[in-house]
Amino acid sequence: MAGEALLKVQGVETYYGNIRALAGVDVEVNRGEIVSLIGANGAGKSTLMMTICGSPQARHGQVIFDGEDITKLPTHLIARKRIAQSPEGRRIFPRMTVLENLQMGANLDNLKFFKEDVEKIFTLFPRLKERQSQRGGTLSGGEQQMLSIGRALMARPKLLLLDEPSLGLAPLIVKGIFEAIKKLNTEEALTVFLVEQNAFAALKLSDRAYVMVNGKVTMSGSGKELLANPEVRAAYLEGGRH
Amino acid sequence: MNAASETGSTNIMSKALREAAFAGAIAFGMFLLFVGIETYQDIDNRLVWRTRWGLLAIFVIIAAVGRFVTVGFIRPHIDRRKLAKAKSGVLEISEEKGFFHRHFLKIALIALLIYPPMSVMLFGPQGSLKYVDNFGIQILIYVMLAWGLNIVVGLAGLLDLGYVAFYAVGAYSYALLSSYFGLSFWVLLPLAGILAAMWGVILGFPVLRLRGDYLAIVTLAFGEIIRLVLLNWTDVTKGTFGISGIAKASVFGIWSFNVGAPDYFPKALGLATSSAWYKIFLFYVILALCMLTAYVTIRLRRMPIGRAWEALREDEIACRSLGINTVTTKLTAFATGAMFGGFAGSFFATRQGFVSPESFVFLESAVILAIVVLGGMGSLTGIAIAAVVMVGGTELLREMEFLKLIFGPDFTPELYRMLLFGLAMIIVMLFKPRGFVGSRQPTAFLKQRKAVSGSFTKEGHG
Repeated sequence: MAGEALLKVQGVETYYGNIRALAGVDVEVNRGEIVSLIGANGAGKSTLMMTICGSPQARHGQVIFDGEDITKLPTHLIARKRIAQSPEGRRIFPRMTVLENLQMGANLDNLKFFKEDVEKIFTLFPRLKERQSQRGGTLSGGEQQMLSIGRALMARPKLLLLDEPSLGLAPLIVKGIFEAIKKLNTEEALTVFLVEQNAFAALKLSDRAYVMVNGKVTMSGSGKELLANPEVRAAYLEGGRH
Repeated sequence: MNAASETGSTNIMSKALREAAFAGAIAFGMFLLFVGIETYQDIDNRLVWRTRWGLLAIFVIIAAVGRFVTVGFIRPHIDRRKLAKAKSGVLEISEEKGFFHRHFLKIALIALLIYPPMSVMLFGPQGSLKYVDNFGIQILIYVMLAWGLNIVVGLAGLLDLGYVAFYAVGAYSYALLSSYFGLSFWVLLPLAGILAAMWGVILGFPVLRLRGDYLAIVTLAFGEIIRLVLLNWTDVTKGTFGISGIAKASVFGIWSFNVGAPDYFPKALGLATSSAWYKIFLFYVILALCMLTAYVTIRLRRMPIGRAWEALREDEIACRSLGINTVTTKLTAFATGAMFGGFAGSFFATRQGFVSPESFVFLESAVILAIVVLGGMGSLTGIAIAAVVMVGGTELLREMEFLKLIFGPDFTPELYRMLLFGLAMIIVMLFKPRGFVGSRQPTAFLKQRKAVSGSFTKEGHG
């Protein structure tokens, strides 16, 4: 299975009005891989993630998922191709309970696998089980991130998109969340595409990674290679780590 | 210790006096022109004014005394109670509910079912008219409208200020189709619902991309457009004259309520001729329509579409990324809400026997929305309570003849309806910002049901 491209982004250009946010991006995510995208603020990382989901749509280039061109599909139809997203800022439903949030994730199969999948999420994130009838908005930041990932997983995705899962969280919780992602990848062969500012943690976790600067991919390689790369170290690691 | 508490209470008293003086001054400033001075036309058609210092004084005194009592007595009392509660360390959430609380819905439904026969027994057929028609039917119409609007505003979170338009569409559908084509109520009731739902979709399309304030403005305009069309399309709607002589509803086409007709329903039951029987019949019709609205709302909340509405209220972008088609979700919310508005409208037309654009002004939309917000968005029980308090309360004002003894024979309590409505809203929003019933019943459970306390809900947004 591994080695075959699940998601191909080819020459994608995305605009906000007249401003070009992505200037011809090529990214590939193979089945069973964890691929991360690192870069500074405003480099276009989140825009790429949103473009994959069809909002905004790419003006030029193609997004191909599972051999199918999804560039011009509306967001909800892209989601129905089993691309699940844990969006930036988590975007859980604050007034709905944890269980209801998870239920929303399982809507695609009309709750057919709800009970079984909920148990799976609860073993992955035991904190959510304790909080199951609490409102999403009353959870802590880390728990909300777990809920956001859990909700995305409820859709039984082929590809999981994670936008800055470590944003605003304590290092210990980030570690827990990254371990959970790794576990999903090794045990269930889940393909993950990860956007991160926390370059060190992301590169350590990933099979491969891309570095993005000003709407362009400037470097790519395996996680280890990039971790060792002096340029990457200078730009994204040293400043943050020491 | 004693001395300290004594100085504390004198402090509170002097503070209360000070604030009372302030409140009195503010009330004086606010009501000086509205209440203190009255304009009227004299015999020569000139506009002249006279003063009403006595009434103004009463307003100022009420404000000052009210403030004094609040600051001096009610607030310290509440603080003391809170302190005592905090000391006892018992959380309110775990409180065991009483018998009345647990069976509230069943009790309410039984009370409603026996309400008309009870009032006939107590006041006779003619005397029951006031209770069945003015209170019962009037309140239930608003309950139904508010429950219908609740689908749009409370569940889907789409702020609709023009809901009365669908009420108007329903009413005019029935009025026009029954007077031009002679169709019966039971044929036109579903038809009026469908037509209103269609208008809901028509309104829904242009506003798909709007939310919050922008949506509110467009829906407000839509409500006015419908009213102005009804007002000016005189060939069909007869404009301001309205449509009168609208046919009464029949008992499913078997018996009628036309006095003197051979199939007059009360005659079939061996009852005396009275208009009260028709009103009682209408009471049960609107009660059934309300139950239908409640049933559909409760069922839909547990279905994918209802869940999608609630999720849409919370976060539209997240909804889309979960594969929910927000376009159809919004349109179904508008259509479902409008359909119930249409049902209520056609019921209104058959009850009044007369419709004119004057019944469908913006104020009606505002009142319905106020009931939804006061009751607690999304809560059927809360909204029903709010409708009883608001509509029933203002209806009660008509009964308060004794007030004339206090304020003089010219005093007409009904005129203060809106003032009290506003006052009630402010008070409710101060003490219960999420409405009467702020808690939301979750729809997903693994093992047992557990209500989430209102104190965990976020205050209304959207």
